[in-house]
Amino acid sequence: MSCQVRPLWPPFIAGIVLGLVVLLTFVLVGNGMGSSGAFARVATEIGLQVAPEATRENAYLGGMAQGNPLAAWIVVAAIGTLIGAILASVSSGRFRVKVDRGSGRIGVAPRLLLALGGGLLAGFGSRLAAGCTSGVGLSNTAMLGVAGFVFLVVFFVVGILISLLMRRVW
Amino acid sequence: MDYGIAGTALATGLLFGFVLEQAGFGSPCKLTAQFRLTDWSVFKVMFTAIIVAAIGILLLQLNNTFGAQGFFVAETYLWGTVLGAVLIGAGFAIGGYCPGTSVVGFGSGRIDGLIFMLGMVIGVWAFAGVYDSDFIQAAVNGMQVSARTVPELLGVSPWLVVVAMLLVLAGGFFAGRALEQRSQGVYSAEDITEGRDPGNHDELGRDLGREASAARRTDDD
Repeated sequence: MSCQVRPLWPPFIAGIVLGLVVLLTFVLVGNGMGSSGAFARVATEIGLQVAPEATRENAYLGGMAQGNPLAAWIVVAAIGTLIGAILASVSSGRFRVKVDRGSGRIGVAPRLLLALGGGLLAGFGSRLAAGCTSGVGLSNTAMLGVAGFVFLVVFFVVGILISLLMRRVW
Repeated sequence: MDYGIAGTALATGLLFGFVLEQAGFGSPCKLTAQFRLTDWSVFKVMFTAIIVAAIGILLLQLNNTFGAQGFFVAETYLWGTVLGAVLIGAGFAIGGYCPGTSVVGFGSGRIDGLIFMLGMVIGVWAFAGVYDSDFIQAAVNGMQVSARTVPELLGVSPWLVVVAMLLVLAGGFFAGRALEQRSQGVYSAEDITEGRDPGNHDELGRDLGREASAARRTDDD
């Protein structure tokens, strides 16, 4: 393994390949690529282990509580995403175990708290939108879906606005 | 689930994660730089991908190749989509990731990516806890849009929508280039790996970081 950090793919090359991956997913599976659904399944599974009755009775989680979580296509796809990222970062010398604090203006604990809070908002939001940047923003928009376009516009505008408040962090 | 389905899930997921990491999307700095308008990689990659996939899907749909006319496209519940996008956009700006890219961040060794993933699980539980409330029920079931796709909704050819998206991509490319040149520049592989701001400019305005990486690349060849 080389320690040389290889350059990133140019955005248009990465975009074309990513588009072909989404297209391949539609051809093989009949729907696009998603990510957030995997977390809903994992949350359900943990709920079943910790509080089985409450989880089965819950109107939202109860519907997902049947079967092995690995039986869900989207969980396997998320594991694939993790493996793909490991392969890419290791083979290109970019794998580093670290807490990414950007240019280092905040400490480790605040960074992890922000990551937890951001994840919480995204997890909640992904259930409202029935998907995230992958499932709605990318895959639904590739089908020219109304939801995808609405999602992307709102996502970018809110991201830019909230980002103004986060200048100290990055 | 049979092995064939598991195999396609694993393979397509793997390709997805591989490409996103190669684009630099494991880095919360690079990702959020799109929102600071200093690095337009997210816009370029996403929009190019959407257009490539959309053209491919439309071509396959002409003769219903691979059953393309039956590819899944979800209904739109406007409030759910808008509120979800608000929270995911905010979560992205605050936490540095969206759901898929947090997995990519973790896969490239970032512990904050794992913590973001943990946050998402808690977010799902929070949603489940208030799912029965009138507000959430109204959001996820209300304001259903009459058509699933934009061409159906507007009564125009899907190719016209693709052309419009190409124009947006071109506009974003030129706007992005101008804004990237005014800022410190885009995050290189070294920047995101070593955790530093892009463009260590000297007084001549040369990008030392990029020159150093270019020199190293030449040495390597």
